[in-house]
Amino acid sequence: MNRIETKFKDLKHQSGKAFVSFITAGDPNLATTERLMHRLESAGVDILELGVPFSDPMADGPVIQRSSERALKAGASLKKIIAMVKKFRRSSQLPILLMGYLNPILAYGFEDYFRDAAAAGIDGTLIVDLPPEEGEAIRRSAHSHGVSLIYLLAPTSDDERIGLVAKQGAGFIYYVSLTGITGAKIAADLSSQRALKTLRRQRTLPICVGFGVKTPAQAKKVATLADGVVVGSALVELIETHGVKNGLTAVESLAKRFSRAIHSLG
Amino acid sequence: MKKSQHRSLSPYRFPDKKGHFGEFGGRYVAETLMPALKELEAAYQKIKGDASFRKEFQSYAADYVGRPTPLYFASRLSEATGHRVYLKREDLCHTGAHKVNNTLGQILMALRMKKKRVIAETGAGQHGVATATMCARFGLECEVFMGDEDIRRQSLNVFRMKLLGAKVTGVSSGSATLKDAMNEALRDWITRVQDTYYCIGTVAGPHPYPLMVRDFQSVIGKEARKQVQKQTGRLPDYLMACVGGGSNALGLFFPFLQDKRVKIIGVEAGGDGLSSGRHAAAIGGGKPGVLHGQKSYLLQDPDGQIIPTHSISAGLDYPGVGPELSFLHQAGRIDFVSVTDKEAMAGFDWLTRLEGIIPALESAHALGFLKKSAKKLKKNSIIVINLSGRGDKDMGTVADYHGVSL
Repeated sequence: MNRIETKFKDLKHQSGKAFVSFITAGDPNLATTERLMHRLESAGVDILELGVPFSDPMADGPVIQRSSERALKAGASLKKIIAMVKKFRRSSQLPILLMGYLNPILAYGFEDYFRDAAAAGIDGTLIVDLPPEEGEAIRRSAHSHGVSLIYLLAPTSDDERIGLVAKQGAGFIYYVSLTGITGAKIAADLSSQRALKTLRRQRTLPICVGFGVKTPAQAKKVATLADGVVVGSALVELIETHGVKNGLTAVESLAKRFSRAIHSLG
Repeated sequence: MKKSQHRSLSPYRFPDKKGHFGEFGGRYVAETLMPALKELEAAYQKIKGDASFRKEFQSYAADYVGRPTPLYFASRLSEATGHRVYLKREDLCHTGAHKVNNTLGQILMALRMKKKRVIAETGAGQHGVATATMCARFGLECEVFMGDEDIRRQSLNVFRMKLLGAKVTGVSSGSATLKDAMNEALRDWITRVQDTYYCIGTVAGPHPYPLMVRDFQSVIGKEARKQVQKQTGRLPDYLMACVGGGSNALGLFFPFLQDKRVKIIGVEAGGDGLSSGRHAAAIGGGKPGVLHGQKSYLLQDPDGQIIPTHSISAGLDYPGVGPELSFLHQAGRIDFVSVTDKEAMAGFDWLTRLEGIIPALESAHALGFLKKSAKKLKKNSIIVINLSGRGDKDMGTVADYHGVSL
């Protein structure tokens, strides 16, 4: 059982909800990301999602696109991100997953990637452009190294796809709250979405809902419908607007508010 | 090695059910789009065997697009090269390029799928114009995504699209060219997937696009195969076409794949030369990877980040290539070469002066290759070149190249 699985098991005992926060690794540089990770942990984040920057982030909105560009400009790479997590692991047991696009992982070699990721203490991986249909060999490799390969589901997913992901996924299921890209406006009809309802009935894996959660109030509402809430663009935007020095404090203070909102349930 | 691989191409059963051409192709997209791709695949399977669709397609192809296009014996090019050179005149299609063959098929499909809104990406603007044209003809809302850099160098086509009633949305991210336009079109599709049809312009993207676009463009090769046999009494020795994403190339090549004696050459955009790093030759200078929903050859750095490309021709300025072409390269069925901007411009001038035909800069790459390699080919060969588009749209770029201000 890796740290993500343990975390959900613990939360289940306490009937608590998970606060999952996303930041782009290497934005504006990897040293800052590492400091930010510690701040987020002390702010009450349960699971940390690190975005691996890609030159062509097709499912991301402008905020994450720009943060990826900043990270790449500062020289971030999958290899350096893994090394940074390894260093972070010396002083923290915060569950960590990497989220990104397939090509950097293919270029690294996916067998090598899962081996190195596991050794560095990375618990999960979410590959945005890898649906289960194309993921069999990669899933086997992740599994053999104890890394959870996390899949996405969306409001457009039908019962067949929900079944497929529930069967093949690991760690948790990342439910995309809206038909859109990251940072868009959250759907008002979340609670009535058929796919989410079907998914909640399955109860095979924990469900985390993300995309478009901008305020602690929204997060609290979303948390009533899921096992965890993912907050990304709202935090990343602060790094952009506040710069390194004030950004750390700004992100930490917003994360604290999200944490209180999400953890007030249960 | 090559021989056994050739055998495996016959009978030709690619793509497989999941859209794979060997290791290439597939469907690498965000989950939100998976149901839409399945819906599209089902719709395509349905129309494929539908006689009324075929009839409708053929009727518009004949009376609206102007098919069949001629196969023209270029006697002065032939004289200059010592071969028999035939040009497949896709430049004579309505809208000025082969792109319309595909948009006709896809827009007829969008209508049957009851989609009200159509989006497209475009590089040179030819696919954008062809999509806008069909949308005007059938009264559909149309939005075209185009890189800011391409908007600058293909301003005439931007104006044409607007005249046709399309909204042209500039894309400033990344290198502001075709790949970024495709990213933005995919983002739009993810957001409005329920009412929107995404009309991809080349044999790339997630399954079933590479299959569908190949099938619609194969009309080029089917006609050329009959025409060349009628005019010469036999099959050609060589086929040549420029390759960006690869739709004009595969359209010409596909009906000849089983004709083992026919040598097939795809000409990629060499930019300033492959060794310069400033080019767009995905097969010549790339390695397999995943972008825009498919696995194929891709220009990328060692970390798997996509490298900015360069070509004088906006339509070839793309870091990837269709998965089927990657597969046919690996199987040894198609030889891929590249020519530089300079060689393409030489091909452009050559055809213009010798035959009175101004080619698109994309097509000029195939002519540039013929010009530089004619002497190395077996004497008196029959050569069919796909003249995929006409050059009107490129006057600004060509004038710049020659230092002329218009």
